Amino acid sequence: MSRWEVVIGLEIHTQLATNSKIFSGSSRSYGAEPNTQASLVDLGYPGVLPVLNVEVVRMAAMFGLAVNATVAKRSIFARKNYFYPDLPKGYQISQYELPIVVGGELFIRDDAGDEKRIRITRAHLEEDAGKSVHDEFEGSTGVDLNRAGTPLLEIVSEPDLRSAKEAVAYMRKIHSIVRYLEISDGNMQEGSFRCDANVSVRQVGQVELGTRAEVKNLNSFRFVEKAINFEIARQIDVIEDAGVVVQETRLYDSDKDETRSMRSKEEANDYRYFPDPDLLPIEIEDSFVEEVRRSLPELPHVKCARFIAEYALKEADAEILTVSRPLADFYEEVAKATAGDSRIAANWIIGDLSALLNRDNIDIQDSPITPTALAGLLDRITDDTISGKIAKEVFDGMSTGEGSADEIIAAKGLQQITDVSALDAIVAAVIDANPAQVADYRAGKEKLLGFFVGQVMKETGGKANPGQVNQLIKQKLS
Amino acid sequence: MTASKASDALHLQTLTELARGLAGGEFSSRELTESLLERIDAHQKSLNAFITLTADEALAEADLADKNRATGAGGPLQGLPIVHKDLFCTAGVRTTCGSKILQDFVSPYDATVVARLKSAGAIMLGKTNMDEFAMGSSNETSFFGAVTNPWDQKMSPGGSSGGSAAAVAARLVPAATGTDTGGSIRQPAALTGTVGLKPTYGRVSRFGMVAFASSLDQAGVITRSAEDAALLLNAVAGVDPRDSTSADQPIPDYTATLSDSVKGLRIGVVRQHFDEGLDDECGKTVKTALATLEDAGASLVDVDLPNIGLSVPTYYVVAPAECSSNLSRFDGVRFGHRADNVKDILDLYCRSRGEGFGAEVKRRIMTGTYVLSAGYYDAYYLKAQKVRQLISRDFNQAFENVDVIAGPTAPTTAFRLGEKTDDPITMYLNDIYTIGANLAGLPGISVPCGLVKKMPVGLQLVGPAFAEASLLSCAHQYQQITDWHRQAPEAFR
Repeated sequence: MSRWEVVIGLEIHTQLATNSKIFSGSSRSYGAEPNTQASLVDLGYPGVLPVLNVEVVRMAAMFGLAVNATVAKRSIFARKNYFYPDLPKGYQISQYELPIVVGGELFIRDDAGDEKRIRITRAHLEEDAGKSVHDEFEGSTGVDLNRAGTPLLEIVSEPDLRSAKEAVAYMRKIHSIVRYLEISDGNMQEGSFRCDANVSVRQVGQVELGTRAEVKNLNSFRFVEKAINFEIARQIDVIEDAGVVVQETRLYDSDKDETRSMRSKEEANDYRYFPDPDLLPIEIEDSFVEEVRRSLPELPHVKCARFIAEYALKEADAEILTVSRPLADFYEEVAKATAGDSRIAANWIIGDLSALLNRDNIDIQDSPITPTALAGLLDRITDDTISGKIAKEVFDGMSTGEGSADEIIAAKGLQQITDVSALDAIVAAVIDANPAQVADYRAGKEKLLGFFVGQVMKETGGKANPGQVNQLIKQKLS
Repeated sequence: MTASKASDALHLQTLTELARGLAGGEFSSRELTESLLERIDAHQKSLNAFITLTADEALAEADLADKNRATGAGGPLQGLPIVHKDLFCTAGVRTTCGSKILQDFVSPYDATVVARLKSAGAIMLGKTNMDEFAMGSSNETSFFGAVTNPWDQKMSPGGSSGGSAAAVAARLVPAATGTDTGGSIRQPAALTGTVGLKPTYGRVSRFGMVAFASSLDQAGVITRSAEDAALLLNAVAGVDPRDSTSADQPIPDYTATLSDSVKGLRIGVVRQHFDEGLDDECGKTVKTALATLEDAGASLVDVDLPNIGLSVPTYYVVAPAECSSNLSRFDGVRFGHRADNVKDILDLYCRSRGEGFGAEVKRRIMTGTYVLSAGYYDAYYLKAQKVRQLISRDFNQAFENVDVIAGPTAPTTAFRLGEKTDDPITMYLNDIYTIGANLAGLPGISVPCGLVKKMPVGLQLVGPAFAEASLLSCAHQYQQITDWHRQAPEAFR
């Protein structure tokens, strides 16, 4: 057991999936030509004023309710003042003293596999900055303000996380929730979902927190885990070498897998927050909150519990299937359409189907095998038309567009041999051909049953029903 | 006394009179525009009231207005010439804010005030000089040089809307727009013998006004009569979806209630407004004006605004705080002045801003940055906001007993150019009577009420929120029984 305890809090920035920006009518879609989606408001022109896109209020309220937080009756936009070329107004409109969402929670599995509550301090609305482009212009920097004004929800956790794995588990939960709510596309490559990690270490048993470093702009689950683990090791090294961890902002370099100091506490900006006089406070009525509550979809943890109860799934399987709404919907469609065992449906989706989709980098929504088609395949297993083994072959055929399960089975003649007289003959032949094994079996070497079954399956090209074959062999040799 | 009448030369007529003349076919918009452009041309050098003139565009618009009039088309201000303070953005015409940093800035869009006046038919003759970014009370902080007071050209016209006030006072134009953050419409109106109306915060959209202090800034007008101010307010008032702080309140026809009598009107007289600091002669002049209103049937009631004495220090925390943030966008990156041969981004910021802003603007940015800084925020900014609440409460309590509050607009008549430039505190005290209305978001109007040593004195009326109609009718009634507003400076008759 290490004598060090790790303390982590995350600030997750998630872009909200509105049609237009938070304070202007510009489109916020990703990937347009630089500065083609920046209006005069986004450019911070003299005289222009921000006007709140009320859609973000609904989205923030949805998130607040989903994590069991309070949606503030009154929240206020504040200006965070600093100079940077991609910050057109010289201040970012954010929320400071009175955020829109206060005091939530969610539950993760800790490293020991136990359920653990992670407190959410707050979530506030703000505008994203533009992007500085350093590598395309020799000796100067370009500024693309398409992203400026994109709505962000910044979700701040309490320092309740105790390992990089826990941090990732928490981040995945948040990721899953925002996508369930359809308030963010959660696209990490495009920067729609990213986080800063506050990391510190202290001796086990120590009450006060160690000095923290903030690691900025982590945009994949893998980087979060690697950056935090690097940072933990670095801080422990510093302290064990009799050094002192300094409070600072650090940047993770994924190429070198290390964090580097960006600025120290002394160099930190004094943001001079004050309420933005251009915007009115956001006032929220109880009736609005109730309306939002009624509109909430079934959340991942609720769906997970329901899948366990309704489809007799193992908890681990139910968790995997409820990570995203499309996957859960896919599963539920299959489970409802098949006459067979809903657990077997889960195995097929988690196993073969997921492998196929991963291999070809396809989203579940675009699966070449539809839920109905997969259910059709599972039904043929259930009614003993084919064995599980043959089913894999049929599945491969379905994935390459050869047709439905029934069509492929018919076309390739893959139906199981269930005719007892036909099987009888094959079993008899196998027994006749292996007298030595028969003798051993009868002498008590019952493990040889598998050998006989295997021989029969080989003779039938896999089309016999293994259970039936088992029965027949036992009868013959008894 | 030299009073003017409707039959006078065009430049002496009020906006309302000119509207009637145009409608009656007594003269064309082109004739009117040409005659005013000639006057502007003759006096621009000595007054320096304008930063930009748009003569060609104005004449083209005047011709169009004349054509429209012939067919019966057009708005209520069809063909009437006005000018805009140079912090209202005007599409295609530069908007400098009296600053070097924006000396070549051309806005791609019209401010809401500009657009509304344009759609009512008004013709813009040019953009008026002003204190840099509206920070000043004498017009001397303008990068384009000071404006002179038409009543005595050694004197300041006041500020920051000094160019607008001087242009209206010198009878170069019948009306001008202005903005008022701490008195920038009312104080220059008082010092130039014109009418200056600052509406309720939110009554008129701020969209397209280059921001100084967003919670205090309000657009308004400078005219020669209350009647003209009502006519213009009709055109510019009203909610604007592009300004969240604009108020969704009904808009009365402000010209319809002008004839309301002052009989029974309860006029509050603020004891603190006649304390030391007010010039004796000015005080007497204002008291005479109050007596005139009393004679007309109004009653004078003493009122107490216990915290009004804190308004100047409160203002000089709140306004600089907001300005320090509002002016951050002038960074040399996207528009405005950019320093040459910069080493890096910090150098670009420091030198562009260092070269682009004048001393008073820098002083306020530094003050504002300081009061918002960690460790000082509570002691300055937060405390100022609390005092602001108290001042606002004082006004609300006073308006439980009175309909309007009346008193001097400024402590003295116009002061000499250069007299106060080295002493910012004395300069700031010039707005001691006007700042309260900004802090409380209330409407105020200054009307000429006399002369002291041949220089105009202003009577200020402040009303409850959205009570512009009663301010305008009170002022109009006063102007029915006096003719101070008809008096033109000797050199500009």
